[in-house]
Amino acid sequence: MIWLTWRQFRAQAVVASGALALLAVAFAVTGPQLVHLYDTTVATCRAQHNCSIAINAFQGEDNFLQNLTRLVMVAGPALIGMFWGAPLIAHEVEVGTHRLAWTQSVTRLRWLTVKLGLAGLASMAAAGLLSLMVTWWSSPLDRVGAGWLAPSVFIDRGIVPVGYSAFAFALGVTAGLLIHHTVPAMAVTLAVFAAVETGFALKVRFHLMPPVRLVSALNMGWVTETGTGGLAGHTSFFVGITPNLPGAWISTSEVTTAAGSTYLGPVPHGCGANYTYSACAAVIARMHLRQVVVYQPASRFWTFQWYETAIYLALAVVLAGFCVWWVRRRVS
Amino acid sequence: MNRGTVIEFHLEARSGVAPYLQLIHQVRQALRIGLLSEGDQLPTVKDVVGRLVINPNTVLKAYRELEYQGLVTARPGIGTFVTGTLGEGSLAALGPLRRELRRWLGKARRSGLDDESIEALFLTTFRTSAEDVEGTGRWAG
Amino acid sequence: MTAVLKAQGLGKRYRRRWALSDCTLDIPAGQVVGLVGPNGAGKTTLLHLAIGLLQPTTGQIEVLGDRPPANPAQLARVGFVAQNAPTYGGLTVAEHLRLGAHLNPGWDAVMARDRIERLGLEPRQRVGKLSVGQRAQLALTLAIAKKPELLILDEPVASLDPLARRDFLQGLMEAVVDQGISVVLSSHLVADLERVCDYLIVLVGSRVQIAGQVEHLLSTHHLLTGPRRDPARLPEDQHVISASHTDRQTTLTVRTEGPIHDPAWTVSKIDLEDLVLAYMSRPADAGRRPALEVQR
Repeated sequence: MIWLTWRQFRAQAVVASGALALLAVAFAVTGPQLVHLYDTTVATCRAQHNCSIAINAFQGEDNFLQNLTRLVMVAGPALIGMFWGAPLIAHEVEVGTHRLAWTQSVTRLRWLTVKLGLAGLASMAAAGLLSLMVTWWSSPLDRVGAGWLAPSVFIDRGIVPVGYSAFAFALGVTAGLLIHHTVPAMAVTLAVFAAVETGFALKVRFHLMPPVRLVSALNMGWVTETGTGGLAGHTSFFVGITPNLPGAWISTSEVTTAAGSTYLGPVPHGCGANYTYSACAAVIARMHLRQVVVYQPASRFWTFQWYETAIYLALAVVLAGFCVWWVRRRVS
Repeated sequence: MNRGTVIEFHLEARSGVAPYLQLIHQVRQALRIGLLSEGDQLPTVKDVVGRLVINPNTVLKAYRELEYQGLVTARPGIGTFVTGTLGEGSLAALGPLRRELRRWLGKARRSGLDDESIEALFLTTFRTSAEDVEGTGRWAG
Repeated sequence: MTAVLKAQGLGKRYRRRWALSDCTLDIPAGQVVGLVGPNGAGKTTLLHLAIGLLQPTTGQIEVLGDRPPANPAQLARVGFVAQNAPTYGGLTVAEHLRLGAHLNPGWDAVMARDRIERLGLEPRQRVGKLSVGQRAQLALTLAIAKKPELLILDEPVASLDPLARRDFLQGLMEAVVDQGISVVLSSHLVADLERVCDYLIVLVGSRVQIAGQVEHLLSTHHLLTGPRRDPARLPEDQHVISASHTDRQTTLTVRTEGPIHDPAWTVSKIDLEDLVLAYMSRPADAGRRPALEVQR
């Protein structure tokens, strides 16, 4: 059964290996150059007082490969689900070869568990290898980037790709098992996977751990803008802050009154159209305003990774279990 | 002298006669006209089945029946061999009988009977006299 | 004599429709069994129930003494070729044999290789490029080389040309001689089955109409022709299978164990094809119970 599974999986494995190899070569060639560039421009930028220019230039380096990497990390699990997962059972049932495979001398249970196990492990290994390569290559860029907790970066690093791939794979197999036709199963897999991943990233991930709630006096160094706004008859005034918490994932940040409610004005004397920014800032500094920042600190990155991976793996296991149960009872 | 298998069977699909009876008939026919003699081996079941594409039980049944009639003997692992002969008439009697039959056929044709009538006449007479044989045990001339 | 397949009130329903209903069978070993009936009659359903691809809705079925698919041991004793002989188009002939070897503990590699050679199949040929007849022969090889006690074939010759059909049945019959396998094969054409089957099951409208030894069926079914008469007025022990009338004449197909004494009838023998046709043209009669061969 192991031989047969490998033989049927061979073509897909070759394609994936080829793609990984190509990417590895691209990384191996450009990686050291990136490190060198970082060492010569960004590391020394403070001394030369051109940090923002240097960083901007550096972040634009190897732009094509950066975008390609992001695309591969996002699309990778979905592709695994569509091309490794969906056809696993659907193709056999579509073509009728399941009637050959299930009437040899192995039970359906053994047939499915070997196929699920081998291809599932291959998915996770491919994802793990990919993530390793990408994390290594991106490390210079990450030092000047938005931090690993940022939603667009989080999914491209660490171990979550392994979880996503396992889940997408199991999802594909389930879709194929229920739908019996490869192409519709692929479409359903893509749609459901995209929905789950998007929903999870938007709604669930931030709440995996209770966020840190920073309440303190307004840090004038964090104030980045002031402004007036007008509803009919009322003029409101707001102060905006950009907290300097490197690598943190900030959910909300606002300026409040001493009592704790959002500061909305009125426009203080010394601020407004006729006054300079620094004069206004001086006024604000004397107003005993406070700030409330709700965020997840950068140090929690690996905790979040483990939690999320565990959840996706658990989903994958549940789906796989369902497939094993269903295939024994409901398919001919 | 090893003569191998001597006869080949054939089947008439629409004759209304059961296949195993056809096989028996062909063996008996072959024995009568001297195509098969004692010591000859009948085709193996596998050979017959391969050539005619019929159920092996059919061949087995025919061979069993022939064995029951005392005409063949099955030797397990080796094959089925002819061990008996058929009828009291020997080969020698065939010649004169054939000549007599030719003369009779000539007479029948000269008297104006066509082939179909000759066949009908022969068959009905043959059948009624066969019944007489059953009753008396002798050919009632 | 042990039964190779036993069914009791077996039925299978898909949503509203009963694909097979009230099926009771007792098939002895050592036979080549023909399952014949029109398309959609339930032949594939019955065979899939026998091989364990389907589970019954009602009743039960036992194959070689076990309820299929009981366990790997039972799976190993039954060989199966599904309709259209499915094979892996991307694998070669040799890889299919390897599949058989890996998935079947009782695999006879020598026999499999010999058979492939005699069939003239090139081991390195991709199976997707073979003809329909060659693929059917390969599928049969896979089923035979696992040394089963029972072989189940679903319409094995339906899409084969006459030469391929003959070759297939020839190979099958030779395997029966060599290994003493029992065979159940289905077809919607009686002509395919006539020469090779010694037991027949007629399946029409998802029900078994008649089942028994071919010889017995042929000797107990007769064609009766005579002056126009109401079939209901025949004696109790003569069951009318089909009837047709002109103004003056009645033709009946009748099943009876005993002789027919009524001199008004001209009694003639019936061949297997007409027998099956008579059962196929019977109107659906829910109350009629199928006639079964008495187990000797």
